[in-house]
Amino acid sequence: MKICVLVKEVPDAAVEKRIDPSTGRMDRSGERNLNPYDTHAIEAAMQLREGGALQVDEIVAVTMGPESAVRALHKAVSLGADRSLHLSDGSLAGSDVAATGYALAKALERESPDLVLLGQQSDDGECYTIGAVVADHLRMPSLTQVVKLEVDGDALRLERQAEYGYDTVRVKLPAVISVGDAINEPRYPSLKAIMGAKKKPLEMVSAVDVGIDASLVGADGSRVHCGEFKEPPAKAAGQVFEDENTDETVAKIVDWLVERKLI
Amino acid sequence: MSDVLVYVLHYDGAFNKNSLGAISEGAARAAEVGGACDAVVVGAGASLGDDLCRSLGRYGARRVFRAEGPEGLAQPVVDVMDRVISEHGHRYAIFGGGLLGFEIGAGLAARRRAGVTMEVTAVRAQDGELVADRPILGDTKISVSRYRGELGIIIGRINAFEVREVGGDQAEVVDLSVEYSPWSMQAEMVTRGEQRGADIDIEGADVLVAGGRGLGNAEGFQMAEQLAGAFGGNAAVAATRAVVDAGWYPYAAQIGQTGKTVSPKLYLAAGISGAIQHKVGMQSSENIVAINKDPNAPIFEFSDLGVVGDLNKILPKLTEAIRTRKAG
Ligand SMILES: Cc1cc2nc3c(=O)[nH]c(=O)nc-3n(C[C@H](O)[C@H](O)[C@H](O)COP(=O)(O)OP(=O)(O)OC[C@H]3O[C@@H](n4cnc5c(N)ncnc54)[C@H](O)[C@@H]3O)c2cc1C
Repeated sequence: MKICVLVKEVPDAAVEKRIDPSTGRMDRSGERNLNPYDTHAIEAAMQLREGGALQVDEIVAVTMGPESAVRALHKAVSLGADRSLHLSDGSLAGSDVAATGYALAKALERESPDLVLLGQQSDDGECYTIGAVVADHLRMPSLTQVVKLEVDGDALRLERQAEYGYDTVRVKLPAVISVGDAINEPRYPSLKAIMGAKKKPLEMVSAVDVGIDASLVGADGSRVHCGEFKEPPAKAAGQVFEDENTDETVAKIVDWLVERKLI
Repeated sequence: MSDVLVYVLHYDGAFNKNSLGAISEGAARAAEVGGACDAVVVGAGASLGDDLCRSLGRYGARRVFRAEGPEGLAQPVVDVMDRVISEHGHRYAIFGGGLLGFEIGAGLAARRRAGVTMEVTAVRAQDGELVADRPILGDTKISVSRYRGELGIIIGRINAFEVREVGGDQAEVVDLSVEYSPWSMQAEMVTRGEQRGADIDIEGADVLVAGGRGLGNAEGFQMAEQLAGAFGGNAAVAATRAVVDAGWYPYAAQIGQTGKTVSPKLYLAAGISGAIQHKVGMQSSENIVAINKDPNAPIFEFSDLGVVGDLNKILPKLTEAIRTRKAG
């Protein structure tokens, strides 16, 4: 079977995020890296392959994004993917969640995967719904925020936390599954894998190549327009100090609590 | 005419509070744009009796579309809402905060080529349309969503919509028989709502000592328990999803999006980064103290007292100091 893992390039967590005032979009320039949540999805694919309960023939990393996004694909390959597919097209810029999910689904259709894995959220857009969009377009069942994944015959037995506690759900393949960060501890790539990543096959495709309807993507094809950025109501900033001498620190905390009659 | 459709989640014979809030919000906003609010419920027939469904009228629902189907899964609900909207032409769909709402809203956006906004904190009527406020960039900015096309989907942040009783128990119940998509039937609930770990009660506590991944391991929670013990009386220990998923602490103590919402007099967060999904469950606490070794941790943005330091050094001494003070 074939597993496709959706990955994304995001600004490095250490870089301050901001909105570009000229375009009203997230400023995605600066230091960039593979979305840390996606490494759990790659690891889940690797464990399925190594677990042996399913015959995994191929793991393909798939991304949509500008040219620079190849770095995320290289990272994904260094973590275990066999090859990658890069959907890159100027017409896709400014796509909202629904349009992005549609475009990714079109790219995935070309691969006809038996399983699509992705991370629980993207580190930059604070969005955890792309899997559900992709799944509906692919006409596959889907579950998000999965923290345990086991093979159960022709299906997966999945656990996740929902509104009322932990749910266990059996999902028949093919399926789209987003995994939570508690599902595994991603491995570190070996130096050899990092060096070899650029040599693994990488295919670049355009919107036309995968049959994307241009009227459904990009800023014009998106059905939600986000703009007019406002400041949230200001909250009085709290007091923050560094612990230099722990006895003094503790005394300060205790005084603060006593002042507020909390002890 | 701009009608609003709201999905109402239920479990164990009761409706979800966030869903009821979404009806209240949907009814109030629909009225401002010349429409009304309807509800969708999906479940085993026996769990959704006539009286229970009619009671949604209390929060402002005009009609309740009831379909027999699997509970706790998103895609069957997408099928039902898709059918209702294609027949009745609702202009907006609103979901109360919760995991299922995120999944259903996103699936519905794909199905009906609609725009979707999640983590919405406020909905407003403007020029005959609904617009949605969504905090972004770690809640430092609010972006305003406007919708194009036939359907706009609004997924609320947890606790964003207040439950308001505005009517009587007289919503009209409309039964639907829906043919589910094959892929919706490919998922099957095996067990639902399992409570992992001890059944501890934290909702009534005045002081909560909350621990996150920074506690290092399950044993690290002893430090939190000792500190709570030092406060004595009505103090308890709470946790983040990260540590509950890791099995370090019981689910019953989890605060946040898929856990509890609390507002104690004191919330002392140790080794917690302050992710939005955690913040939404504790931000209305009267006093928030945070101990974290990372000066850039988001929790410092919304704490009243922040200490940048190693909790392994601070917690034991703080416990000692509070004990001494109480004894003296
Ligand atoms: C749909 C969805 C629902 C979610 N629901 C919830 C929910 O209900 N509740 C919830 O909590 N989360 C929820 N999450 C997860 C949430 O996004 C965060 O991943 C989680 O809250 C992080 O937990 P944490 O703060 O314990 O861990 P981390 O984010 O890993 O933070 C650990 C912190 O500890 C600090 N630290 C480490 N060592 C020390 C030390 N020695 N001394 C002091 N500080 C130290 C670090 O600096 C860091 O800031 C949800 C996520 C999604 C996508």
